[in-house]
Amino acid sequence: MGFIWFWIVAVMLVAYVVLDGFDLGVGILHPFLARNEQERQLMLRSIGPVWDGNEVWLIAGGGTLYFAFPLLYASAFSGFYLALMIVLWLLIMRGASIELRMQIDMGLWKAFFDGLFFFSSAVLAIFYGAALANVIRGVPLHADGYFFLPLWTNWRVGAQPGILDWYTVIGGVVAFVALAEHGALYLAVKTEADLQARARIFAKRLWTALCIVTLVSLPGSMIARPDTLMNYKAYPIAFAVPVVVLLALFGMFLFSRKGDDRKAFACSCVYLTVMLVGAAIGLYPRLLPATTGTQYDITVAKALSGPHTLHVGLIWWAFGMCLALLYFVIVYRMFRGKVSLDSGYGH
Amino acid sequence: MDAMLLHRIHFAFTIIYHYLFPQLTMGLALLIVVLKTIAIRHNDERYNQAARFWGKIFAINFLLGVVTGIPMEFQFGTNWSQFARTTGGVIGQPLAMEGVFSFFLESAFLGLFLFGEKRLSPWKHWGAAFLVFVGSWISGFFIIVTNAWMQHPVAYSILPNGVYEVTSFWGLLTNPWALLQYAHNMSGAVVTGAFVMCSLGAFYVLENRFAEHGQIFLRVGVVAGVIASVAQIFPTGDVHGRYVAKYQPAAIAAMEGLFRTQKGAPIVLIGQPDEEHQTIDNPIAVNDVLSFLIYGTTRAEVKGLNEFPRDQWPEPLPLLFYSYHIMAGLGTYFAFIMVVAAFLLWRGKLFQNRWVLWALLLSFPFPYIANTAGWLTAELGRQPWVVYGLIRTSQGYSKYVGPGNSLFTLLGFMGLYTVTSILFIVLVYRIIDKGPKVGPLEQASQMIPPA
Repeated sequence: MGFIWFWIVAVMLVAYVVLDGFDLGVGILHPFLARNEQERQLMLRSIGPVWDGNEVWLIAGGGTLYFAFPLLYASAFSGFYLALMIVLWLLIMRGASIELRMQIDMGLWKAFFDGLFFFSSAVLAIFYGAALANVIRGVPLHADGYFFLPLWTNWRVGAQPGILDWYTVIGGVVAFVALAEHGALYLAVKTEADLQARARIFAKRLWTALCIVTLVSLPGSMIARPDTLMNYKAYPIAFAVPVVVLLALFGMFLFSRKGDDRKAFACSCVYLTVMLVGAAIGLYPRLLPATTGTQYDITVAKALSGPHTLHVGLIWWAFGMCLALLYFVIVYRMFRGKVSLDSGYGH
Repeated sequence: MDAMLLHRIHFAFTIIYHYLFPQLTMGLALLIVVLKTIAIRHNDERYNQAARFWGKIFAINFLLGVVTGIPMEFQFGTNWSQFARTTGGVIGQPLAMEGVFSFFLESAFLGLFLFGEKRLSPWKHWGAAFLVFVGSWISGFFIIVTNAWMQHPVAYSILPNGVYEVTSFWGLLTNPWALLQYAHNMSGAVVTGAFVMCSLGAFYVLENRFAEHGQIFLRVGVVAGVIASVAQIFPTGDVHGRYVAKYQPAAIAAMEGLFRTQKGAPIVLIGQPDEEHQTIDNPIAVNDVLSFLIYGTTRAEVKGLNEFPRDQWPEPLPLLFYSYHIMAGLGTYFAFIMVVAAFLLWRGKLFQNRWVLWALLLSFPFPYIANTAGWLTAELGRQPWVVYGLIRTSQGYSKYVGPGNSLFTLLGFMGLYTVTSILFIVLVYRIIDKGPKVGPLEQASQMIPPA
């Protein structure tokens, strides 16, 4: 049961990153790609009908984490207190900037929300990457299962790290570059003409950056968390993960060059998924490792809810997911094709 | 500063602000379905315009409801981690279900309702509006199930590691407290929606701008308002109140300011509780009424606060007393003004009666105050427990999150919400100023689809 719920939560968070990832990426690229008001509108329209639904994966995933692993939810959310609150503020600002921008036709008003949209998207991407890196590195858990981390201490990964240190900042940079690339490939799929050409150029540049930071982050993880490879050594098949990561990177490059934007975007989805799955494999059966000693690790067994909760949960969760997938199919079908300025919904 | 108090204020502030938006959207969602239904049945384009207009107001309220709602789910973990850890297996479930069953539905169909009108047939567009309504009311249900379990825990057992576990999922969802609270809460949301609609209708009629649409708003708003305002008192408020009296007697005693057990207990209409001397200052009271309201007979004995140990008194007691009185007082006013307005509407005199129109115009803030006061009554009445009778509030908050950190984020939320409030007022003013004569095409080309 613990194994199943570990992967259910992981899948929901992966869905969140892959889906909200491209609209975060669009936000990061917003000031650089669009040259005029029309293009800015097009960029926003490319995510308009879907960003809110994408974000629901975070809420649904968070709720699922809450009831499946209450100890993890309680410990991690209070321990990363300040970082989480900042993330919440950024989510508020970002939602407001997307929706309120077009309400008033005034240059300064729009410019303000453009800036806010970029800022909130960029910092969110960095924080998400740093959050994952924190989980990989581990936190100074007490015997009672709690901890509290300040935003930063001495930027080192020792026994008393901060939320931000050299390793988690690398994680943030990886996420920033990866989501910007993800967004650029998405825009190449959804737009035409000049905007599409620029999206492709950005995708190409970001791809180089992504290869570099990905290659830096892997040995970084070994230093920050020497036992990351434990599961990999026990189950060598897991080494397929880095192989698929490289294949996905290669695919992004290849399909971009051929101008097959859909396949390039699909490769980016695979890249994000496999990076996260690779981290999850490295963790299992731990949910939140301790830097204070393995006996304090929060593990699946320690954090798991009672059996009845989980049995019933499995039933409604499976049912609810079918409904959610149905809604997503409806929305993305209505919204398929290139965005234009003529009509409100899709093409 | 006291860590627990700060965590309480943190949650209270963010949730009070959050609930200003859903109470309107849940009420409006129903009224929009009504407008759409009339538009189709009578083939009346004005009702479609009205639905589109309220759709715009709905959209902006919905957005603020969403963005201020995300912090709520996370605050169980950030600020109330001890509580979250022990009860996550129970209340994490309805919270997760809200996301899975309601938010996906709403996010998908709100976009279709707002921006899909010209691509969908009238009935399909009606269907989109209806699914948004269903989604928002499902969302309300799961939140109420969560809160009801904290008010009146049912269907649970305690595992050896001290964690709570659901023994019957069905029992959790059909907690009688939840059903009563849901009925009372949702009719409260309709009261807000109806009063806001009436207020704007009265504004347009009195100002003689868009008066034709103003009359539509008044007609729909008054009919919905009179039903909801009466239902708010009877049966929902009445039955819910008796249930509280049965299972949270200390809360009822504190709400009513009854310090000593009494036969033929009076109801205090106005007064100031004095905890130290255990009296009510300057009371205006009516004898026997409280006994009658709770037990149906004027001679019944009602338990006073003296029956309960001091450490089980709700706290802060005066705030609970005032919240309850404001809620009940305003609730009575709602029923009164709506019955008057409904009578005039029936006689065909409402649109000429400037006094009643002025009263409706000025009344729109009151349902917000009453709904907030109602929730304060429920939540303060539950004190000093976070889960009634099982876990004390003092055992629930995050002990490693110090007062410095929680005050920092509380101030952050206050600042951020001040800005969103200003933006909200400006934008809603513009929508009202532009008025309801919009076609689907114009609207679609002006805005980005927000989904």
